[in-house]
Amino acid sequence: MSSADSFGAIYVPNFILQAIGRSEPELRAQPLAIIDGPSSTYQVVALNRLAQISGVALGMTKAAVSQFAQVTIRPRCKVEEEAAHAALLDVAWSITPRVEDAAPDTLLVDISGLGSLFGNEKDIAREIAARASTLGMDVHVGVSGNVETARIVARALPGPTIVPEGEERRFLETLPVGMLSPSQELSDIFDRWGVATCKALASLPVLSLSECVGQEGVRLHAIASGKGQRPLLPAEPAYQFEEWFELDEAVDDLESLSFLLGRLLDQLSARLSARALSIAAVQVNFELQPAFDNAFDTSRELLRVKLAPRNYSCDLELPVPTRDAKLLLKLLRLRLQSRPPGAPIQKIQMTAQSSLARVTQGSLFVPTAPDPDKLELTIARIASVVGEGNVGSPQLLDSHQPDAFLMRNFSGATVTAPVFSGGSQRFAKDGMRSGFTNYSREETTPQIALHVFRPPVPARVRLQRNKPVFAAFQYRTGQDRSGKVIHASGPWRTSGHWWEEKSWQEDSWDLEIIFSGESSPRHGFYRFSYDGLQEKWFVRGVYD
Amino acid sequence: MLSRSHALRLHVESALAGRVAAPFRFQEPQPITVSAGIPALDHVAGGLPRGCLTEIFGEISSGITSLLQSALAERTKNSEVCAVVDAQDSFDPSCAQSAGVALQQLLWVRCRNVDQALRSVDLLLHGGGFGLVAVDLSGVPVRLVRQIPLSFWFRLRRTVENSSTILLVLSRESNAKSCASLVLRMEKESVRWSLQNRQYPSRDFHTPSSLLDGWTTSAEIIRSSTRRKNLSAINRPRTFGSSAAELVRFDLRSNHFLPVNSSGSKLLLPSQQERTLNNG
Repeated sequence: MSSADSFGAIYVPNFILQAIGRSEPELRAQPLAIIDGPSSTYQVVALNRLAQISGVALGMTKAAVSQFAQVTIRPRCKVEEEAAHAALLDVAWSITPRVEDAAPDTLLVDISGLGSLFGNEKDIAREIAARASTLGMDVHVGVSGNVETARIVARALPGPTIVPEGEERRFLETLPVGMLSPSQELSDIFDRWGVATCKALASLPVLSLSECVGQEGVRLHAIASGKGQRPLLPAEPAYQFEEWFELDEAVDDLESLSFLLGRLLDQLSARLSARALSIAAVQVNFELQPAFDNAFDTSRELLRVKLAPRNYSCDLELPVPTRDAKLLLKLLRLRLQSRPPGAPIQKIQMTAQSSLARVTQGSLFVPTAPDPDKLELTIARIASVVGEGNVGSPQLLDSHQPDAFLMRNFSGATVTAPVFSGGSQRFAKDGMRSGFTNYSREETTPQIALHVFRPPVPARVRLQRNKPVFAAFQYRTGQDRSGKVIHASGPWRTSGHWWEEKSWQEDSWDLEIIFSGESSPRHGFYRFSYDGLQEKWFVRGVYD
Repeated sequence: MLSRSHALRLHVESALAGRVAAPFRFQEPQPITVSAGIPALDHVAGGLPRGCLTEIFGEISSGITSLLQSALAERTKNSEVCAVVDAQDSFDPSCAQSAGVALQQLLWVRCRNVDQALRSVDLLLHGGGFGLVAVDLSGVPVRLVRQIPLSFWFRLRRTVENSSTILLVLSRESNAKSCASLVLRMEKESVRWSLQNRQYPSRDFHTPSSLLDGWTTSAEIIRSSTRRKNLSAINRPRTFGSSAAELVRFDLRSNHFLPVNSSGSKLLLPSQQERTLNNG
């Protein structure tokens, strides 16, 4: 077999069982039978070895299996099978981009030219099996110079099987002809002819076979002879990752839910790690238990509960992509603590948006910044204390309206090395241990800051010749303040959004007030505003 | 063996006599200090110490928030990530941006009470990595700030030490006591107004009748564990213990919008024009 054409096949034996075992690993250690079919005639479609030893067999009805007390019965779960299939695809894509999605339990991969990365074919097969094992699946891997031989070998023989070049026929000859997946009609014909193995099929004359059973027979003959060469049909790699979990009994406490979320996050993290990707955002959709479905009480309160949406969504956007499942779980827990779903959860769907892993180059001249993962957790914890929307980075809006800003998620920005201008010269000259910047006279004078009152404090202002001469208001500490205005600067008139309902019109004044009485402080600079629409005075803040 | 080591110790001490006072005594390393953005204050106070608690207090309009903005602008200019824990939601991002604070490097925690502020600052300091963490308690009633136990300030001090974070606490009166490495008391002094002689306009013309140019504020160093070292480091001998060395005055300027004229230079306020002419 030349390294130019080498194909591998990944086969998951007992796929239905493994799909459930992947999401619930504890079931692997106990007798398990999977049932499927119409609800009246549930039948066993998959079972593990322990269940076989207990006496359960394929095709048994649910009622029959129920006689075995030690056997766990689970219904077949299509969503978990889909997730397992997606995980299997991730394993394949982590090895090579050329992957054919042959069946839910079978993938074909082109492993040509991977020798420099993983070693010989055996090493590649072991690597595939090891990666699948980290995602909770035991797989058979077959490697051959042609696609079909690899597929049949993987399905028929356990463990990594390498078929040397030219020996395909020898490997296939003992296998039953049913492994070639013939149509039912052709299978019946082979049965009538007494063709039971691949060797028997390969020994038939091709021309006669063609005359009797047509082109399909010829194709199967070629495969049985180890000449089943065909081009691979690569699938498009997916960049959205989903995991599901369906619960038999709804979960209503955070601890149990965290356990399940942790498991799903571990699975997602492993899948993304296999693809060298990180999680940029996570969306968790919870299907909630229908509230009071069997209740006869139709009181207004219960009707209100019934009308509540049955789905609950929890989104998590990360400023920096990560694969740390523990961090994500903590963030989800904090989010759910602050905004609980409000009803027991029956089904969990977790979707991860993938992104390339963060690559950063450290620098001696870049100041230390918070670790992005730790920072996100810290912010989430603070948000649970002060509330969502009260922690972040302010962004000013393009408006003249006072206090016009919005809070956006804080990511710590892209910290770059500081630009040393005059500061570095002075740093060197004075020998100081820190960067004291060299200032011009214009820059050295710090600017007055405004200590804002949110919401603005209502005030009473007396005017004389359109100028405030007396002001009174209640300070936030509860003290009444009133005093004479000794200097006033204004009005600074602004208005906007006059074409909308939320229009505003303000005259701002900077006032220097000397307060009467013995109260402290006795003197201060305040920003007052006169709301032209409400015709009221407010204290916007104090210069401090 | 003991006598030999004793003799060796005596020998070393005698050899270093006059140069090193106690060569075998462990000395706490002096904290690294950085600029607060006000050169006059940096000269006298030695800058803001990293890994220490700095307390700034003063009456309303004493300039403590202005000093905070100045320090934030300086730190963010140095590409550091800063945090403001705002106990009464009183921080003005608009003023901060015009003072030079890079808002995208600033984490603002808007609290509603002291309890939220204290829990938030605790979390931030344990998270680590911030260049400056400021706790603004200046809007909180003084009696509530007084109720913060001293053990909490000790805990903050312990959390921040051995890190490169500057912990700045703003309040109306001193509370951290000996937990603070640097304590500054600020007070407003003279005020500058311009255009005072203009006639007040009618409401039809919203031309300002006068302008607040700024004021002079003084910062008194109540406590400093870093000043002596830094003063000697910058080679400017001063008389310690004198009031002149512990008090520094600096101007605060108004952030009035100054339009740019057609030639591209800033239009100056009348008082600034006067100063420019006098200097010229």
